[in-house]
Amino acid sequence: MFHWLEKHPFLFSVGVFVVIAFAGLIEIVPNFAQASRPVVGTAPYSTLELAGRHVYIKNSCNACHSQLIRPFKAETDRYGHYSLSGEYAYDRPFLWGSKRTGPDLMRVGNYRTTDWHEHHMKNPEEVVPKSIMPAYPWMFENTVDIDTVYAEQLTVSKVFSVPYNKAVPTKDGSVTVKMGKDLEDAKAMALEEAKIVAADMKDPRVKAAVEAGEIPEIVALIAYLNSLK
Amino acid sequence: MENRPLEYDYTVAKMFMLTTVLLGFVGMLIGVILAFELAFPSINTILGSGLAEYTNFSRLRPLHTDAVIFGFTLSGIFATWYYVGQRVLKVSMGESKFLMAIGKLHFWLYLLVVVAVVVSLFAGVTTSKEYAEFEWPIDIAVVVVWVLFGMSIFGLIGIRREKSLYISIWYYIATFLGIAMLYLFNNMEVPTYFASGGIGAWYHSVSMYAGTNDALVQWWYGHNAVAFGFTVPIVAMIYYFLPKESGQAVYSYKLSLLSFWGLMFVYLWAGGHHLLYSTVPDWMQTMGSIFSVVLILPSWGSAINMLLTMKGEWQQVAASPLIKFMVLGSTFYMFSTLEGPIQAIKSVNAIAHFTDWIVGHVHDGVLGWVGFMIMAALYHMAPRVFKREIYSKKLMAAQFWIQTLGVVLYFTSMWIAGITQGMMWRAHDQFGNLAYSFIDTVTVLHPYYTIRGVGGLLYLIGFVMFAYNIYKTMSARQVEETELKNASPMGA
Repeated sequence: MFHWLEKHPFLFSVGVFVVIAFAGLIEIVPNFAQASRPVVGTAPYSTLELAGRHVYIKNSCNACHSQLIRPFKAETDRYGHYSLSGEYAYDRPFLWGSKRTGPDLMRVGNYRTTDWHEHHMKNPEEVVPKSIMPAYPWMFENTVDIDTVYAEQLTVSKVFSVPYNKAVPTKDGSVTVKMGKDLEDAKAMALEEAKIVAADMKDPRVKAAVEAGEIPEIVALIAYLNSLK
Repeated sequence: MENRPLEYDYTVAKMFMLTTVLLGFVGMLIGVILAFELAFPSINTILGSGLAEYTNFSRLRPLHTDAVIFGFTLSGIFATWYYVGQRVLKVSMGESKFLMAIGKLHFWLYLLVVVAVVVSLFAGVTTSKEYAEFEWPIDIAVVVVWVLFGMSIFGLIGIRREKSLYISIWYYIATFLGIAMLYLFNNMEVPTYFASGGIGAWYHSVSMYAGTNDALVQWWYGHNAVAFGFTVPIVAMIYYFLPKESGQAVYSYKLSLLSFWGLMFVYLWAGGHHLLYSTVPDWMQTMGSIFSVVLILPSWGSAINMLLTMKGEWQQVAASPLIKFMVLGSTFYMFSTLEGPIQAIKSVNAIAHFTDWIVGHVHDGVLGWVGFMIMAALYHMAPRVFKREIYSKKLMAAQFWIQTLGVVLYFTSMWIAGITQGMMWRAHDQFGNLAYSFIDTVTVLHPYYTIRGVGGLLYLIGFVMFAYNIYKTMSARQVEETELKNASPMGA
């Protein structure tokens, strides 16, 4: 039979394709609808938080930090409650990572402050002696691109029905994450958020930039890290 | 024509051989830099703080993986395809102007994609999905390159003289189909510029899948890109080059059948082992775990088939550095495909996941199996393609030992580092509190990171010797009039 098949490349290729596609169908399809349901309390990212997420991705922070707490005592002791599927319902892409060169950041917002992050990004060793993390000084100089962030918010709300401007249930009532009416509005909202973060920061350049209506990458990144709870 | 030996046309094979050497060097060099950045963080800013953004670990890391996977390995796959394909199908590229044009277009577009990838990753333009970091414009270009590769495979098969497809061809077909399917589904994304009516960066996109689903599709891709990029095509190579170089027939046809179809069926299930203890459903994790162990059978099937091909001819291993590369490569393949399933066992994975042991596992596979096999293939091809004898067999033997030492240092240090890390993360003291802070688990790894860096450096030095040897072979004055004679698969 197989000698016969080896003389018919087309049928051979069809055979190979069917055999390899099989596992994917069975493993991936059944769970798809279920895994996209958010758990109570999970809300979409605000404009500034999403901008911070872009900075996080741009610098491949996920290469060294995971965002997935496994259900082991040591991990829940160290990082907090283990991860639930629905907590990631608005994560496009997912950022679980595959390597923990540094600690997990899934709930870093619970135990680190704006001030801590600011110093840590400027000089990690000053905050954590012997840290092997490099410094990220350029984040204090580069400004974020709110246009692209707003485009993403529009896209996910239109294409994937992510609930911006809608009430999202939480344990005590509900929250509404606002998205700008237009690009100008989005920029103004992000700047308001940025002012709150920058108020807790020390770097004079950051303060001056925010005063002048610009948002340095570090401000957005810290807003994102603070939102991880 | 019928009675004369065919003149194969190696134009495209030569072009891809050059990128194999060039991108292999770049990818490995970045790897060595990264290894030392982890051991000595000050290297992150070695070119000054102005360039720190681009010499930083986090920017270089995806560049390293992509350069080795899609630069070195993929070039090697293409180079060997444009050599092996003609020979086992008994048809020359020179016979078809169309296929020649496809081949050249394939090469130049591939090179264009490589440049685009390097520029975009340095700029920090990435989707963050491992080994699928490219934004949608590059993804589309990758698909076109892949279609061209497919056209060249099926085009050559279409005009073949040899009726039956040799084993290597099965594996090249599977490589094409597997990667095509995986890449398309994992890179489904919505360009935000168009969806929002022209706002923001034109190249930005958002994944079609969210959270757990995104992770599932990503690791279905990520693991199986290893399968169809690092395993399947490299098996295609060894099935051609080892019998050809040693003059021995493949040990068992039945075993090659069994391991081929077994590999095709089992491999795709195993991706779930990247998601153990995550938020994907338990049954999927269990399937991933079980099928990873089952995967030992087809993997060892082809490795044993290759090693037994040397039956009765083991003296060749001692005599020929080229055979050494292939035999040790197969041995590393067996080692790595035993190590992987062990890591996929849930209780072991609880310690190994997120640690350097996984990094070690990838590298004993890539350096020992993929790297050795591609270099061996190029060593076998060079005298036939350039019609000159290999410049130095002594250099080749020296390279073999230096690189073997490099691989051993690499994986032993990462084994120790990974298990140490995993055990320290989970350790509790007598009162039930965590015994170590995270930074304790980082500082303890310093010596192993240094040893790993040295191992990687040795491998890189060996690779430079390889590049020099190939260069001297290419540019030697003496030309071989007749091709070196070996017995061969399919008489090709």
